[in-house]
Amino acid sequence: MSENIYKPYLMKIENIIEETSDVRTFRLKFKNAEDAEKFSFKAGQFGEYSVFGEGESTFCIASAPTRKEYIECTFRKAGRVTNGLANLEVGDTVGFRGPYGNTFPIEEWEGKNLLYIAGGIALPPMRCVIWNTIDLREKYRDITIVYGARSVGDLVYKQELKEWEERPDIKLITTVDPGGQTPDWKGEIGFVPMVLEKVAPSSENTIAILCGPPVMIKFTMPVLKKLGFQDKDIYTTLENRMKCGFGKCGRCNVGKVFVCKDGPVFSYEQILSLPAEY
Amino acid sequence: METIRKLIRKQSLEKLYNQLSATRKVYAPVTAADSQTEYKYNPAFTDITFDHIRSTLSVKNVVFPKVENLFFYSNAKTESTITDVDINKIPEVVLWGAHPCDNAAFDILSSIFCWDITDEFFSKRLEKLVVIGLGCSKSDEYCFCTSVGLAPDSAKGSDILLIPLQNGDYLADILTEKGNNIVQLSPELFETAGDEKSALTEVKQKFSHDKVTTKLATAFEHPFWVENSLRCLGCGACAYVCPTCACFDIQDETRGKDGKRYRSWDSCGFGLFTLHTSGHNPREVQSQRWRQRIMHKFSYMPDRNKSLGCVGCGRCSSGCPVDMNIAEQLEVLQNI
Repeated sequence: MSENIYKPYLMKIENIIEETSDVRTFRLKFKNAEDAEKFSFKAGQFGEYSVFGEGESTFCIASAPTRKEYIECTFRKAGRVTNGLANLEVGDTVGFRGPYGNTFPIEEWEGKNLLYIAGGIALPPMRCVIWNTIDLREKYRDITIVYGARSVGDLVYKQELKEWEERPDIKLITTVDPGGQTPDWKGEIGFVPMVLEKVAPSSENTIAILCGPPVMIKFTMPVLKKLGFQDKDIYTTLENRMKCGFGKCGRCNVGKVFVCKDGPVFSYEQILSLPAEY
Repeated sequence: METIRKLIRKQSLEKLYNQLSATRKVYAPVTAADSQTEYKYNPAFTDITFDHIRSTLSVKNVVFPKVENLFFYSNAKTESTITDVDINKIPEVVLWGAHPCDNAAFDILSSIFCWDITDEFFSKRLEKLVVIGLGCSKSDEYCFCTSVGLAPDSAKGSDILLIPLQNGDYLADILTEKGNNIVQLSPELFETAGDEKSALTEVKQKFSHDKVTTKLATAFEHPFWVENSLRCLGCGACAYVCPTCACFDIQDETRGKDGKRYRSWDSCGFGLFTLHTSGHNPREVQSQRWRQRIMHKFSYMPDRNKSLGCVGCGRCSSGCPVDMNIAEQLEVLQNI
């Protein structure tokens, strides 16, 4: 007997964090204990979150698979569904379908240094893999996180940034665009590519994981190449518009590749083999 | 099962139809006074057309309705609930007199809806469908089934295929158990076949789909796409009439606190189809969307779904408001 692949799990909003003026993080718990029992996912996978009456929207699962009691998602109020989500309160119900898509190959990265580079609202799709590797800290060598946002107010996960900053086994570099700093800002000032060039992490035995707006990716890639990173050692995620999440609705393909099935995680080597349809 | 060939006379066909129509839903083509052919449920046998070239719309809606309810919800903040659609209520449907191109589309749709995880709405409708196909006695300049590996008497997708004979009777090829079950309702109507001459039409091959597929592998950046889509309105009519186009949207519709989530037909020809919330659009101009349509059917699907995404029915061309003819374009494209 097959089942309805479009039917979401019912989730209860356990907690809401206002990350910035328009970005929120929801902690969601399965309303049905059996669903929670059956559910598992891996870093990089995404889901379809729904507000009944508004529709569905696609975001990654932003919590780590090593933390099993809940899932989290972070979204910016931008369209119909995300505005609908933002109007919900703790205790309200949302729908969730997933997990979908491929995963970051973190087993292959064992024994290597990890360099995470994120811009703005692109830290959430990376947060899952960051926590996943931090929770398995002994399997990796140096972990470096370079995170930039337009302004101090636009930095998400402020509590976690503090936690990462205080940990001796993580190197965190935060930066804001020139003019985006506050008087007491102690981080870097400058765009992510420039800060990365200044910090100049070694590419030796290192995997770079990069997520951000297209303009950031465009100017960060040459810096990574200059630092000696090879295309196969750079990973990113693609975020095309989706409806179904399982390769049927016809929206998210880049050439013959479905972002929802073959992605969202791609190595830069794979990206270069695709037509520029993302 | 092994194909069994029988003969069925026109008057026996009427008996078979009336028997089926009395006991189940039969979806059959009717040609109106304006010569447009439309499928209807359980029309009178005398209204059914046996020599139409193509119906205005394909028959894909029997397995992929324009709107399919996925579930119902009641939105009550902390106590929201979901109610399932009972797919066991999907009725058996006999598709009567559909042409080989339309019937070949069911496998192609299957390759989309069931390629990875199975879409139970589609698969249940397909399971409940019995196809009595009808070979083509007429064709026109828009037909190109022979260019995509099919023919006016292709059996693919049919449970029984009727082949028109010059004397007005039909050969009945019984192809599947489902088809045989229909025959067993009135086996006496099916006689021993002789060597009667068929009245099948001929469809000239216009292009080689293999050559097109090979060419497309390196044609992504070719100026062909812009040159050949400048007049495209992006109206989506081609996808609307296409028997294999399966792109869909998912939307919610609510009244008060109760509503439903449904899946409805969509098209890669629309700019909104791929538009990101940020305003970025990976296929921002019409030529990119036209390329996607052709690439999907003739390059991506042969690779991913092991099947072409086209059956050569010609509807996209005959129905195009600005007369973009896919077969003519592919004829050119195979040699660019």
